[in-house]
Parts: sequence; C-alpha cells; structure tokens
Amino acid sequence: MARLNVNPTRMELKKLKARLATAVRGHKLLKDKSDEMIRRFTVIIRQNKRLRDEVEEELAEILRQFSVARSVTPAYSAEAAFSMPTVAVTAECGMTSVMGVDVPEVKVVAEERAGGLPYAFSEITSEADYSVGRISALLPKLAELAQIEKTVRLLADEIERNKRRVNALEYIMIPQLQETIKYIRDKLDENERASIVRLMKVKNK
Amino acid sequence: MTGKMAIVGDGDSIMVFKAAGVETFPATEEKKAREILRKIASEYKIIFLTEELAAPLGDFLKRFDEEPYPVVLVIPSNRGGAGYGEEFLKSAMERALGVDILFNNEK
Repeated sequence: MARLNVNPTRMELKKLKARLATAVRGHKLLKDKSDEMIRRFTVIIRQNKRLRDEVEEELAEILRQFSVARSVTPAYSAEAAFSMPTVAVTAECGMTSVMGVDVPEVKVVAEERAGGLPYAFSEITSEADYSVGRISALLPKLAELAQIEKTVRLLADEIERNKRRVNALEYIMIPQLQETIKYIRDKLDENERASIVRLMKVKNK
Repeated sequence: MTGKMAIVGDGDSIMVFKAAGVETFPATEEKKAREILRKIASEYKIIFLTEELAAPLGDFLKRFDEEPYPVVLVIPSNRGGAGYGEEFLKSAMERALGVDILFNNEK
C-alpha cells in the first residue's frame, strides 16, 4: 500500500492520527448505515414483489375485459364515450426519508364521479363499466406500487454508493493512514537514536 | 403538494385509464414516447408507461431515478406483461445486495 507523501514530522504525525481516528469512526458509522439500509431494502423489495404480482394480475384481467368491451363497440362510439372523463384523479405527493434518502410518498385523491360513468349505460356494454370501476379501484394500488418501486430504485442507488464509500475507507484510506503513521514514527525514532548516538560520540571525545 | 397522473401508451391500452380520470398521451413508438416523456416529466408527478415503450427507453428512463419525482411506473399493456417487473426487481437486488432473495426458491 502506498503511503502518503508527507514530511515525517511530529506535526504531521499528530494530524494523521486525528485523520485516522475520524476515518475509523466514519467507517464504523457508514458500515452500520449500510447494514440498516440493506435490512430495510429487503423488506421493501419483498413488498414490491408482492404488490407487483397483484397489480399485474389485476391489470391484465381488466385490460382483457376492456378489450372485450371494445370489440363489441364500434370504435368511434367507444372513442367518444371515453374521451370525456367525469373524474380527475390527482395524487397527494409528499416526501419521506428512508435512512436519509428522500423518497416519494403518494396518495391518490379521486374526486367523486359526477353522475357515475362518463357515458350512458345504453351506449356501451357492461364489461366496460366493470373495467372502468375496477381500474379506478386499482389506481391507489398502482400509485403505491409506483412509490415503492421508486423507493427501491433510490435505495438501491444509495446502498451502492454507500458500499463504495465503506470500501474506500476500509481498503484504501485507513491502511494508507496507518502505514504513513508507522512510517513517520519509525523515522522519528530513527532520528532520535541518531541524535543520542551523536551526543555519546561527542561526549567520548 | 398535489400532482397529476398521466399514462403514456398505445391507444387501446390506455383508453380505460382515461375513463378513470388519468390523463392519457397516446404513443405507439419509442421516439414519440421519448418526446412526450420529456415534455410531461416536469408537469406530472406520476407517469405510467406501458412495457413495450419502456423496454427500448431503458437508458432514458434512468435519468428519472435521480430525483424522487416524477415517479415513472412501468405497467403491462393489453398484450400482456413481458416480465419487466421481475427483471427490474432482479437488477435492483443484484446491485444492492449481490444476492437473489426473491426468486431463488421458485426454481
């Protein structure tokens, strides 16, 4: 391991010792952080998987149902019926923090339907009603999944970065400092011995 | 803070979302989807995107991973899912943990 390029003086030694202490403490903290993040991550990713499976299954069914409804309705009337939604969904967007990582927190706010579906019952088959109803019911879940997936992404990035930091400290920074401290100490000791020997020689003359 | 929701996808898959009150942006191919995403990214907080469009846009979508918002969620279209969800979970797991904790017991 390469040692740092510093002058072997007492001053430097003191400085390096302080740096080493900081590095060791930082390393310990980061390592703890990493452990905790990984623990949270495993919980969240399990949740993500479960939710994803649920949502995909439900969505596939809804879309299948809807395409049945579409196929028995002329394209232009379907287009007309669905192009004027009576509801507008918005999402309440907040922020929370998972281990110091800012993650989104989403809650769907659906405004009440004014008079039910956006079309007359006589226009469209009942399959469409069901699928519209179900997709409305699914939206909160979709938003939740969106939030969790984003959290997983952000957390995965942060874990990766943190791991790199821990490794840099553990395998580069700390050994380097230790080696340099040892070098300076050796050098200082050597100087001290040299001066003692010199004094003895002078005295003997 | 309230945000709007949008969906980008091909016409058939997104019509039902329109009826449910999500704003829709039809796009059938990669270039169009990219253009739309760029335009709506700052305005909408939650953007759904169908799998067919998401697959070729992989790198482009990475830029949304830096910030909490907008949240882009890839969903299967009416032609069914192509395993994007599983793929995503696997890659995230690999990066963060280095081991597979979800799918190994299924094989």
